[in-house]
Order: sequence, then structure tokens, then C-alpha cells
Amino acid sequence: MSNVSRIFIPSDTTACALGADAVADEVDVQARLRKLDVEIVRSGSRGAYWLEPLLEVETDGARVAFGPLAATDVEGLFDAGFPGSCEHDLCLGKVTDIEWLASQQRLTFARAGVADPLSLTAYKDQGGYAGLQKALEMSAADIVAAVTDSGLRGRGGAAFPTGIKWQTVLDEKAPQKYVVCNADEGDSGTFADRLLMEADPFQLLEGMTICGLAVGATQGYIYLRSEYPKALLVLNKAIATASEAGLLGDDIGASGQSFHIQVRVGAGAYICGEETSLLESLEGKRGLVRFKPPLPAIEGLFGKPTVVNNVLSLAAVTTVLARGPEYYQQFGSGRSRGTLTVQLAGNIRCGGLVEIAFGASLRELVEGFGGGTASGRPIGAIQVGGPLGAYLPASQWDTPLDYEALAGIGAMLGHGGIVVFDDSVDMQEQARFAFEFCALESCGKCTPCRIGPVCGMEIIDNIEKNIDREASFELLEDLCETMDSGSLCAMGGLTPMPVRSAVEHFPAHFERPAKD
Amino acid sequence: MALQKFAHIAGGLLPLLHEVQASLGHIPKDTVAAIASGMGLSRAEVHGVISFYHDFHDQPRGQTCIQVCRAEACQAMGSRVLEQHVKARLGIDYGGTTADGRFSLEPVYCLGNCACSPSVRIADKVYARVNAERFDTLLEDL
Ligand SMILES: Cc1cc2nc3c(=O)[nH]c(=O)nc-3n(C[C@H](O)[C@H](O)[C@H](O)COP(=O)(O)O)c2cc1C
Ligand code: SF4
Repeated sequence: MSNVSRIFIPSDTTACALGADAVADEVDVQARLRKLDVEIVRSGSRGAYWLEPLLEVETDGARVAFGPLAATDVEGLFDAGFPGSCEHDLCLGKVTDIEWLASQQRLTFARAGVADPLSLTAYKDQGGYAGLQKALEMSAADIVAAVTDSGLRGRGGAAFPTGIKWQTVLDEKAPQKYVVCNADEGDSGTFADRLLMEADPFQLLEGMTICGLAVGATQGYIYLRSEYPKALLVLNKAIATASEAGLLGDDIGASGQSFHIQVRVGAGAYICGEETSLLESLEGKRGLVRFKPPLPAIEGLFGKPTVVNNVLSLAAVTTVLARGPEYYQQFGSGRSRGTLTVQLAGNIRCGGLVEIAFGASLRELVEGFGGGTASGRPIGAIQVGGPLGAYLPASQWDTPLDYEALAGIGAMLGHGGIVVFDDSVDMQEQARFAFEFCALESCGKCTPCRIGPVCGMEIIDNIEKNIDREASFELLEDLCETMDSGSLCAMGGLTPMPVRSAVEHFPAHFERPAKD
Repeated sequence: MALQKFAHIAGGLLPLLHEVQASLGHIPKDTVAAIASGMGLSRAEVHGVISFYHDFHDQPRGQTCIQVCRAEACQAMGSRVLEQHVKARLGIDYGGTTADGRFSLEPVYCLGNCACSPSVRIADKVYARVNAERFDTLLEDL
């Protein structure tokens, strides 16, 4: 055994936004000053963002964690005997014993934060590429059957069964097919795709490759939003490494089968997360939503059969293949199988990524894991499922988090973003913002979504000014009805969801003066 | 500019526009004709794409771009107050550039940093839990 101490500090966007780079620099400085032999590994993040920057040191085969750590804490840490001794106020004990992490059921995010994201060896040592190995020994139809049997439904928001989508593409006869990974992650309150790409990029590459084998596609694209520059660097390096190792390219794992992946960067349009708008954008055009049918599975990218899947759907497939569909589908509740990735965001004390079987209640997540609000005030409202999701009042927080239960109360799970507001929230302002966002991001193809949100803002302004209140509320409901039923896609179609939930559950907020 | 490189990439217009903007800071109107002919497109098509996406700009901008997140998670942590401060401090509104040409200000809708809001991006770096005071410090340190 060498006596070099291995110290892990995340290079993740949020960890760095909280000062992880400065912590790493200071650890280096202090170790040099004291002539201590340390190796600093920049890992991904485990997603316990409330503890970031989180430093871990390897001692006796276990990892001991410290956090949240500022660069100014580092000197004191070394003064207290670090890394030899772990006595310090900010010591959290063994990282695997931290309750917040230990009580999760991590399948997709099991590796996140453990090692250098770009170490292929570390990925394989932790079970990586076992799924692809199995897939290479299976027929395309058997891979698709495994995905279908797992019960996996798309994690991008629409919750469509992944296996059925793959089957459709497999059944198409075409000289060229594509796998497109939707990494546009535009919903406020979500960061799971980003975390995965930054912490465990090979998992996404492996999942896409399995998809390629399953449907007979040889080219994959990752459509990545431009707001994620770090993920772009990590993905491109991971693609180069996987290609050198023969895990991408013309002879994957010496099987004679080929699959290639390119990353394409979006340009700041929320609507390009909608799958057909995304395909237009990948083709180099304006991101106008397409009419369906034809489905992308039949006529997708450049008119060819195309699987479009979210990052987390493709990642989950590696677990399904490696451990079998039975294993995956034993997690979950009702028709929502496997694990759900919740992102605790907004006004929350212990924010971050929680991966847990479907079925836990919103309250367990927000009060249990989340520890209530950051401001210390009572929770006022919770928006679930992104900007097109409903605002839920206290009476609905016992709803279990699965697709059907949320649909049952007029809400949606979406990509698992949970944004908490304290009781100072002004729901009239939030309802107005839902329209404002739709007006900004509408692709403009259909009238209800192009004109509707502008009218919506006017109506809410009139309500604010107490002009024709009764008529205004009627008009607002008419408008919501028109957008809901007359829009081509869910951008216009679901904008009424946050608006209606605000009006229905928080009527007092629409009585002026609401704010004191 | 190696236009040919992009003409051979399927759907190469967005990558090309990103590269033009990265090297020139914006996409000057007088490059549209060359881009169009190089890519075998009409000028209207190229203009249509530039104007569709929030990221692309046909006017010069400041040396450093500052983005303040306006989306819900940041609203829940006081971004509405922060954005007022940022505008006042820089003396510009969204879409504006400071008189000395140093900064441009833009809204952004989510930086994926939503567990530690409010978020601000300055050039390629994201900052967490930014309040008025911290914003001023960040600005002074630039
Ligand atoms: C306005 C709008 C925005 C969307 N944004 C995203 C997104 O950012 N990421 C995503 O994976 N899916 C997004 N979707 C859903 C996609 O259209 C599509 O259902 C999904 O990519 C399919 O993958 P999945 O089956 O793996 O979920 C969006 C849909 C709409 C209507
Ligand atoms: S609903 Fe809105 S975003 Fe969707 S197609 Fe219509 S105009 Fe475009």
C-alpha cells in the first residue's frame, strides 16, 4: 500500500458554482506546504447539492466526507490533522452512511460522484459496459423485448413505453436509422440529465449503443442544450475514449457491428426539447414542431426511422440489460416501473438529486429528503414537472409520485423536477409567468399558442387591476380551454396547467391587494 | 472560414452558426449571403434560423455575457429582486450592452443549477446562490 491519500472533489457544474475549484486549489496548496503526498481526483457529483462542495478522502477502503466546504475551511482542516485524522466540525462520517444518500435506491445514479467521470477503467470496475456485453450476445428482438419487459417508460416527460418505441423502429425497413438522445433538459428545476452526463458519461454512450444494436441504427446524436458547456466537454472526451477503446466505431467490442455518436449543441430554444422540433433543429432548421403522424419512429431525422429518447431513459437501459428486466421492474408502483429521479429545487433546504422507486409521496420528498424550505418559512406551493406542470397546494402533497396518480389530480410528473416555493410566493405572478414563458418559447406554428399567452398576460393584468373581474376569469378559462384543445403540441397545450392550478388552488392570491 | 467543412455535415447550419458566433462574437448581417451560398440555402432560410434561436445575435455584444436565470426555481429564491439589482448595477436592460462595451445582459431560462438558486452565468461559468451583494463581488473580481 502506498501512503498517498486520494482526495475526491467534484468538478460538477453546481459543485463548481459553489466553489469546488477553489477548494481543490486550496487542498493542493495546503498539501504542498505540508509536504503531504495527496492525489486529487476531480469526480462527478453524487447530487447531494446541499452538501457541496463535498470533499471525500479514502481511508481504510472507506470514503470519509466533509462538507459543505469553503476554500477558507481547508487550512483549518489540514491543521486538524487531515487527511490522517478526520476530526473536524465539517466531517460527515462515511459518505455511504449519509442518510440522505443511503436511503435512496440508486440504479442509474449508483456511480455518480464516485470516480473520475472520464476513467473508462473506473466505469468498467463499477459494472459499466456489462449491459452492452449482454446486448452483443442477444438478437435485436431480444434486446427490445428486455426493454419492453422492464416496464421502462420515457423519462423525458411523456412517459411513453420505451420498448414499444424501439419495436416500431426495429420493424421499419430502412437503409439508415438514427438514435437521438434528447439532452435539451429545459425544465426549470431539473438537472438530472446534466448531472449524469457530467458524472457518468459512459453510461449514456452505452445506453445509446445498446439502442443502436436493438433497432439497427448506426448513427447516434446527442442534442445537448447550449447552457451545459461542461457536459459538452465531458461528452466529447468520453466519446473519444470509447472510440479508442473500440466501444464506439465500426467494430464495437469486436462484434463487427458499428455505432457512432456525435454531440450537437442547441441554441437556447426551450421548444427544441419537443422531439420533432428537436429533429428540425438537428437538421439545421428553425425548431418548428412537426405534425404527427408520421411518428419520428417512422419518419424521423432526415426522414429516417428514429428513436428519440431522454438521457435518463437511455441510461436506464444499461441497468435493464445488465441486471435483467425482472430486476428493474420490481421497483416502482402501479404502471410506473423502476426508479424515479426527483430533483429537489427552488426554495429547499436540502436540494439535490434523489433517485427512488416510484410511489413515495411528494411530502416525503420535500419534507423528508428536502427538509423544508431554505428560507425556513412554511412551504407555500410546489410546482411539479417543469414550467408546464401544476402548482400543488398542501392538500395534494400526499399524492404518490407516479405517472397515473399525478395525472389523476390534474398534474404531471414530467422530468421529475420539483420546485418548492415558500409562503411568500405570489401565485398570480406565477400564473402570469407561465403565459410569459409560453409567449417567449412558442415555436409560432399554431395560433392558440402564438397569440394565446399574450392575451393571457393581459387578462391577468386586468385581474390584477380589478378590471371586470368576473368576465376576466371567464375569459381566462375560455383561453385555457382553447389552448388546451387547439394547440399542436404540449407547449401550448399544457401552459394552462400551471395557470389553472394557480387559479383553482390559490384563489386568495388573485384578490388584490394580495401582497402585504 | 472553412464553410465547406460544414456543408458536408448533415444539418451543419447550427454548428456553423455557433462557430461564426464563437469567433466573431455575433453573426454579422453581411455574412448571411456567404453562409447561404456555402450551405446551398436561401438567405431567407439562414436569416430564419438565426432569428429563431435565442442564442444567435446579429448585433455585436459586450466582451462578456452575463445571464441571469429567470425561471421558476430561481424565482423561488428571489431572482426577481436580483434581476432588478443587476439591471440597475449595469445600467442596462435585458438585451443591452454597457456603454464601455464590457458587458451584455441576457435572460436565461434555467442553467440546471436549480438546487442552489439563484443562478447567474458569466461567460462559461455558473455561480450559485447569487444575491445582490455576491453579484457585486463577482463583477468587481472580473
Ligand atoms: C415543450 C416540450 C419540451 C420538451 N422538452 C424535453 C426535454 O428537454 N427533454 C426531454 O427528454 N424531453 C422533452 N420533451 C418530451 C419529448 O417531446 C419526448 O417526449 C421525449 O424526448 C421522448 O423521450 P422519452 O420517451 O425517453 O421520454 C418535451 C416536450 C415538449 C412538448
Ligand atoms: S403549441 Fe406552440 S410550440 Fe407547439 S406547435 Fe403550436 S405554436 Fe409551436
